[in-house]
Amino acid sequence: MTDTLNLFLAEKGVYILTLILFFLGLYGMIMCHNYMKKLMSMNVMQVAVIFFFLCFGQKFGGTVPIFDEALPAAAMYINPLPHALMLTAIVVSLGTTGVAIALLMRIKETFGSLEEEEILRRVDE
Amino acid sequence: MSQHFPVLIAVLPLAAALISPLLSYINRNLGKWLVLTAIGGSFISAVNVLLTVLSTGTPIHYYMGDWPAPIGIEFVLDPLNATLATLVTFVALMVGVYGTSFLADADWLKTAGYYTLYGLLTAGLAGMVITGDVFNLYVFLEISSLACYGLIALGGKKSVLAAFRYLVIGTIGASLYLLGVGYLYGITGTLNMADLAERIVPLLNSPAVYIAIGMFIVGFGIKMALFPLHGWQPDAYTFAHPAAAALIAGIMSKVPAYAILRFFFYVFGADSFVISTGLEIMGILACCGIVLGSVMAIAQQDFRRMLAYSSVAQIGYVIVGFAIGNVYGLIGAVLHIINHAFMKSTLFLTIGGVQYRYGESNIYKLGGIYSKMPATTVAMVIAAMSMIGLPPTGGFFSKWYLVLGAMETGQYLFIFIIILSSLLNAIYFFRVIEQIFIVPDAKLKEVNKPKGKLELPWQMVLPILVMGLGILALGFWNEPIVTNILNFALPEVLLR
Amino acid sequence: MTPDVIIDIRPFLAVGVSMLAALLIMFSDKKPNVREAWTLIAAFLKVTIIFSMLPAVWSGQVYEYTLFNIVDGIGFTLKTDAAGMLFAGLSSFLWVLTSFYSIGYMRGHHETHQTGYFASFAVCMSAAMGIAMAANLATFFIFFEILTLATYPLVIHKRDQEATDAGRKYLIYTLVTGQLFLAGIVFVYVVTGTTDFVAGGILSKDMAPVWVLQVVFFMMALAGMVKAGMMPFHGWLVSAMVAPTPVSALLHAVAVVKAGAFAVLRVVGYVFGPALLADIGAAQWLAWLAAFTIIVSSLIAMKQDNLKRRLAFSTVGQLSYVVLGTCILAPLSLVGAMFHIVAHATMKITLFFCAGAIFVTTHKANISEMQGIGRQMPFTMTAFTVASLGIAGMPFVVGFISKFNLAMGALQMSQPLYIAVLIASALLALSYLMPVSFMAFFKKNEHGDFQSYGEADKMMLIPLMITAIMAVVWGIMPNFGGHFFDLATMAAQSITQSWIGGAW
Repeated sequence: MTDTLNLFLAEKGVYILTLILFFLGLYGMIMCHNYMKKLMSMNVMQVAVIFFFLCFGQKFGGTVPIFDEALPAAAMYINPLPHALMLTAIVVSLGTTGVAIALLMRIKETFGSLEEEEILRRVDE
Repeated sequence: MSQHFPVLIAVLPLAAALISPLLSYINRNLGKWLVLTAIGGSFISAVNVLLTVLSTGTPIHYYMGDWPAPIGIEFVLDPLNATLATLVTFVALMVGVYGTSFLADADWLKTAGYYTLYGLLTAGLAGMVITGDVFNLYVFLEISSLACYGLIALGGKKSVLAAFRYLVIGTIGASLYLLGVGYLYGITGTLNMADLAERIVPLLNSPAVYIAIGMFIVGFGIKMALFPLHGWQPDAYTFAHPAAAALIAGIMSKVPAYAILRFFFYVFGADSFVISTGLEIMGILACCGIVLGSVMAIAQQDFRRMLAYSSVAQIGYVIVGFAIGNVYGLIGAVLHIINHAFMKSTLFLTIGGVQYRYGESNIYKLGGIYSKMPATTVAMVIAAMSMIGLPPTGGFFSKWYLVLGAMETGQYLFIFIIILSSLLNAIYFFRVIEQIFIVPDAKLKEVNKPKGKLELPWQMVLPILVMGLGILALGFWNEPIVTNILNFALPEVLLR
Repeated sequence: MTPDVIIDIRPFLAVGVSMLAALLIMFSDKKPNVREAWTLIAAFLKVTIIFSMLPAVWSGQVYEYTLFNIVDGIGFTLKTDAAGMLFAGLSSFLWVLTSFYSIGYMRGHHETHQTGYFASFAVCMSAAMGIAMAANLATFFIFFEILTLATYPLVIHKRDQEATDAGRKYLIYTLVTGQLFLAGIVFVYVVTGTTDFVAGGILSKDMAPVWVLQVVFFMMALAGMVKAGMMPFHGWLVSAMVAPTPVSALLHAVAVVKAGAFAVLRVVGYVFGPALLADIGAAQWLAWLAAFTIIVSSLIAMKQDNLKRRLAFSTVGQLSYVVLGTCILAPLSLVGAMFHIVAHATMKITLFFCAGAIFVTTHKANISEMQGIGRQMPFTMTAFTVASLGIAGMPFVVGFISKFNLAMGALQMSQPLYIAVLIASALLALSYLMPVSFMAFFKKNEHGDFQSYGEADKMMLIPLMITAIMAVVWGIMPNFGGHFFDLATMAAQSITQSWIGGAW
């Protein structure tokens, strides 16, 4: 029973879960009226993308991609490339978050709020 | 040295951008000139590469750290993207020189910040054009986007809000692209474009490819403000820092369009069912965008906002060119990327000049500006004519090829839309021209009085005139561009 | 029988000289004397260049030069064939006179924005030259749009609300039809693979369904019709009357409207060809529209009190002669149409010069105020009378020759109804132009308004005398100076050659 569940999760479920996570983030970005929450939802979305890459980097019977004399065949390691890519992607998302927080600080300074309605009201003033 | 030119195009501005804050701390001008010199060097490299590619006729492959493709990251420069790299760096150089006068009185931190972001933007855009690796494209896309958010935020109070909104939407676009890359990597196991193009052939009809293509369309659609994903653009362009708005408006939204061209025609191949369906959908969306963007532009009072809406329409031309899908259509699309870079930049440069001197960008307060700023007005009029698509300016010729392509394939809807759009363009640009020439002098207060005899500092007049006359030059010499560069690069795509 | 081609850059020099002049004029904004010197130098240079090509063209040769390729496969080519030579020679000749006249007018009238005026004027002339000599549709279109743009500043010259409205109307008409023209050009290029003008046409019936050809003909002819001010597209032309008189002279006699008529001629004779048009019957309705315009515009002209407006409606009618002659498709009517370009230009420019001279000297614009003016300005009004008679088609004035040929052409095609139109129009022209002369010479002025005025300034008087004299000279010797009648005959022969073998 657990094996079937594991198999299902590993083959399809994990992707469905990441997809749900992705759209959860997207939903948050569109529906939240607080800019900070929008930003956090954005991070959730980015994390979902990262999960997605990491998931398809896995395989049964593979180990950490660090070269070991005892394991001469390439098939015995998992693919390191998605991890390397995601390191970059994490850096990018960190950068984006940094810029976004800087912008939010400036918005808070100028408009005194991070609530969308409040800001829109003050912009028109 | 010369074999490293391809990489220098992107690396020079990138490195300079990172060093410039340090130098700016020592002396405000050092950082500024470092970045500008680096962009200049990048332009020279791009020209050099372009000439080499044209003379040898074979693309240059540059392998990062000598790791051959498909394992390493490679830069591929064929006539098409070498041209675009030249274009990007040239416009960046011109706008960079132009920007100096806006920052003449800024403190070191602001100068450093501006030029760092500017260098990063240039590096990102140039990198996106020349890279041959799909993930590398994502990195450069994000570099340019982040720099762009910063430059927009520099524009003032409202601009921060516009920048944040753009950031949120832009990140969705970039994430979708990354997800699409994930799908492609998952089924092919490669990130190199040329390699991908080979491996994808048997898999073209798999659902994964469909999803990836859908994600690319939405992702790049957001980045290039394709209708209906253009919501962020008007605010972003209107409030962007006037020194950088020209580069952002002229190049930023066109490079993703180029990426679409790369993917759809070079990687996937336009003859497959899914791509042609995708292009058809994009073509219809583009038509809606052309009409809606033009109509919205007519409704605007702020010159920059009008230009932003007109960008929504102009990107439609490029996409329509892709959707037409024959040689003429693609030539028209690429030519329009080049032309639009020149004309939209010129318009933003000129209105930036007016803003610099009078602090005004409302169309209805430009009365009689022609006698106060003749050179600016000349450039503005040329650019406006080109936007409408009147000969002998460059804009006419991209339209010519588009209409020719559509006529050849019998897509009369596109012809109708292009003609309609020209007329709508004429309405909103002649409205401006009427204001400039007919309406009596508006009482404008001078914010910055230029010192010399010129209407603006020479750093501004020079780029305005070079870009403005460049539009005419593009009109007169479009045939060499088409036969030597575009014809050279495009047909092989369509033969696939 | 293909004419010998001489590769020579002179056509481009003729176009370029006034473009350069426009630039120089812009830069000598502050020095009126230098500025006007440029205009005159350019005008004289241009007329010299054009007329130096005349002998060879008259003997059946063709000057041709390709500067570079506009787009893939289409050259930026100018070629002086007989029809082009006719139009180019005429416009360059009249430009010299108009330049002198407008200097007198603008100074006498203390106009503002003179720099822009002279610069646009020069660009207009370049465009007109380009239109005359363009060797293919793409080149033609480029100059056609340049002309549209360069005329716009002339239309809005006064910078008031009326001028703004006129400018808008003008732009809407010309830009819309310009775009349709472009679509037509692209269609022709896709279907035939060329855009070169070939006497006798490049399209043929098997290339597309008949209705498509009809639609494309309509789209292309429309651009010419609008520029030529044919009804119902004449609105802009009348509104543009607010422009200063030399502009009206240029618009209505030389450049813009003639360019429109010339466009129709090129489309009919050199793209579609009379044979194809007779086959698909597309020219027929255009001819009827022209006939309609001739009659109706004359009727409207009679009701106008403002002299310039009356002349404008007269222009609307007269231009339709050219279109009518072209669309009758007979060899002789083509000769008549082309020669009417010359005839009408000479006569109408005289009339406008006179109207302007009266306006500058006496500040009177309405006909009802012109009683007895002939005694104060005898030379001006004599010239006016001569030109009026010409418009009505009196023998020994140039208008007769073109109208006679038009009528003969109508007979050739056995469509005598058009002759009735021509006669009716001649009578109408008499009835709306003669009263002016009658008022001027035979009515006493009750208020004694004109006692303080003399004859017009010499800068204006001499040009208008010259054009009036030319109208008579060409009426007696149509080949005097420019061989214009021969050129018209040559062009007409070459167009109809392939169709009916040049038989008369």
